[in-house]
Amino acid sequence: MAINPADFDHISKIVKEQSAIVLEKGKEYLVESRLRPLLQKEKLGSLENLVTKLKAQPRGELRDSVIEAMTTNETSFFRDIHPFETLKKEIFPDLIEKRKDKKELNIWCGASSSGQEPYSLAMILRNQFSMLNTWKITFGASDISNQMLNRCRSGIYSQLEINRGLPAPLMVKYFNRLGAEWQVKEDLRKMIQFRITNLSKKWPFMPPLDLIMMRNVLIYFDVEMKKDILGKIRKLLRPDGYLFLGAAETTMNLDNSFERMPYKQSGCYRLKQS
Amino acid sequence: MRALVIDDSRAIRVILGQILKALKFEVHNAGHGLEALEKLKETGPVDLVLVDWNMPEMNGYEFVCAVRKDDQYNGMRLMMVTTETEMAQVVKALEAGADEYVMKPFTKEMIVEKLTIMGLPVE
Repeated sequence: MAINPADFDHISKIVKEQSAIVLEKGKEYLVESRLRPLLQKEKLGSLENLVTKLKAQPRGELRDSVIEAMTTNETSFFRDIHPFETLKKEIFPDLIEKRKDKKELNIWCGASSSGQEPYSLAMILRNQFSMLNTWKITFGASDISNQMLNRCRSGIYSQLEINRGLPAPLMVKYFNRLGAEWQVKEDLRKMIQFRITNLSKKWPFMPPLDLIMMRNVLIYFDVEMKKDILGKIRKLLRPDGYLFLGAAETTMNLDNSFERMPYKQSGCYRLKQS
Repeated sequence: MRALVIDDSRAIRVILGQILKALKFEVHNAGHGLEALEKLKETGPVDLVLVDWNMPEMNGYEFVCAVRKDDQYNGMRLMMVTTETEMAQVVKALEAGADEYVMKPFTKEMIVEKLTIMGLPVE
């Protein structure tokens, strides 16, 4: 099911228009594999038929389904482990010390995908930092996909997903069995407010943030959009707050107001201290 | 590092063995819990044990209980790799002293992630 260049260009164009995500040449395999389930679901038979239908209904549900399929990423609980170790050992203890008078913490996961990242954070907060139970925690999580946000809100994961990166003692503590699947307990689900956000467009109102998770997101955008997103983060992040990017991502040559923290493979940044 | 794989299915022992060898483990095998305890007498404590639940002679849960009663094996990491997926079984295994739990079917990524969780240097 190879995609022809014209159809690839068309898919790339609508994905960029709607999400600002850039699909460069060489990513044809990604389009083919991500859209295969949609072709089957819609009984379209080929990518050519899909593009023809997209052109006939440029603003329909099919377009939204294509955007969702192309912007959803595989993830796992405690993905890449190092950032979460840094949060546990360095960042949360530091933020708790700094905010102990006000007893308030504001956290935002900018691209929550199917929810494993915000729930991993929520488990760390509940499991390691029980003193926060009396604090006011504002914990937001966003994604571009409504389908993903509904999954996040339900907190339901398959057995395969639950096997990925989740320590068994935490599974026992924070999940219930639900038929063949597993569901995050209500207490944890209630901690997080999930809402739709297109990072390339206007962001919803948020309070000044102590911690922003934006891991493996910038890689999908072109340079201008990366700068735009980092600029918005700069305004939202408290002067002594922290930003996490993917380990392979950087603010270098994009926004000089950030400095990387010396934590192993964590992608942890803060605003330069004057 | 040394690992012991305990499963009555030869196919599973081979698959897990391949994953562990690729991660530079020296791999030993046993077909059930009793055979595994005998094997440990030969090898001494290993770094990691992957153990199935349902096996003849001595099942994986009984093996975990037996090993955790013996101080010489204190430092061994024990992970159950099993088709038992009920929450009560997971709790039972952890209470008996298993460090981690993987529900079959598994992938290489899952095994690697769990070894990382247990603090084994597998990157």
